[in-house]
Amino acid sequence: MENILNIFVKSIFIENLVFAYFLGMCSYIAVSKTVKTATGLGFAVIFVMGITVPVNYLLEKYVLSAGALHWIPGLENVDLSFLSFIVFIAVIASMVQLVEMIVERFAPALYANLGIFLPLIAVNCAILGASLFMQERAYSTLGEATTYGIGSGIGWFLAIVIMAAIREKLKYSNPPKPLRGVGLTFIITGLLGIAFMAFMGINL
Amino acid sequence: MAKLTKLLTDPINLNNPITVQILGICSALAVTVKLEPAVVMSLSVIFVTALSNFIISLLRNTIPTRIRIIVQLVVIASLVIIVDQFLKAFVYDVSKQLSVFVGLIITNCIIMGRLEAFALGNKPIPALLDGIGNGAGYGLILIIVAFFRELLGSGTIWNVNVIPQSLYAAGYVNNGLMILPPMALILVGVIIWVQKGVFKSLQD
Repeated sequence: MENILNIFVKSIFIENLVFAYFLGMCSYIAVSKTVKTATGLGFAVIFVMGITVPVNYLLEKYVLSAGALHWIPGLENVDLSFLSFIVFIAVIASMVQLVEMIVERFAPALYANLGIFLPLIAVNCAILGASLFMQERAYSTLGEATTYGIGSGIGWFLAIVIMAAIREKLKYSNPPKPLRGVGLTFIITGLLGIAFMAFMGINL
Repeated sequence: MAKLTKLLTDPINLNNPITVQILGICSALAVTVKLEPAVVMSLSVIFVTALSNFIISLLRNTIPTRIRIIVQLVVIASLVIIVDQFLKAFVYDVSKQLSVFVGLIITNCIIMGRLEAFALGNKPIPALLDGIGNGAGYGLILIIVAFFRELLGSGTIWNVNVIPQSLYAAGYVNNGLMILPPMALILVGVIIWVQKGVFKSLQD
């Protein structure tokens, strides 16, 4: 239980995918204009990560890693780990397509707002990144992997909502004209990243 | 003909994928500590964007809309595996430095973004040129950022020492902050600032 809590807090604050690893920046910068759309995309990311990380964990454990196919007689020595990239991305892409269909059907307004960035979740490096970190850190149970997936999703959600809130306030400030919009967003993200570096290396 | 040239040159400045379309930023942060990996990365991305644009454009009338993302990712992933094997065979040292970031080309949003926005609705030859142009625009920013980070952070250009020893003797110190990932974001922000200052039509 303590272990699960540790992974949860770590994945949100200390190993935040945006501020510590700079993953998923494209949609992060493009969709953080208003808090409302940022929240929508944030939830979509939590949902997709919460599904793909455990699914990829099961695939990794029972199909891909060395000796994982021991449950089929005669295949004890097969190592399919070189296929993990393409399998992970296929799982992610199909999940994203599913989410896209659900959002289009039940929340057309949100669908219109997110525009091209919903299909782009499939190539959101944060999602593939979460699965690859899951693989690299070798979590021992399905519960841990699921916690890591959801925690990372929440961390990404937090980052994009912070940025959207800052950008909403920025409208009332008066920066130099060429810096307005994207340029300032980059610089603020850099400063937030430096701030979040203070969390690095902390262990619960 | 003028239209085709425009496809090639537009993404290098006025429609640059990183500074104007805001796509493919994650890898721009990670591989720009030194100039050499940045150049290899740019060439790999040009190769993958150009060929994936071309192939998807050839297939555009036969791909069912609902599963297009998966088809696109399979094409991209196969091309990335070719690049990965090629780098391992011919420039092993750089391939070691780039490590996971060659794999993460799969999730580089420039490629997916151009497939969605251009290749699905255009003929193969314009799509090929669009891919080369966007890859080159991406590479240009990567090289500029890497140049400054390597010069200020390590005092070298292409692994050759350019800061004279007498300057170090006089108390000059390399700026360690430049090696940290947040500085890449801030540098990209500054590039956008300069670009928008020179080309007024890009301002919001």
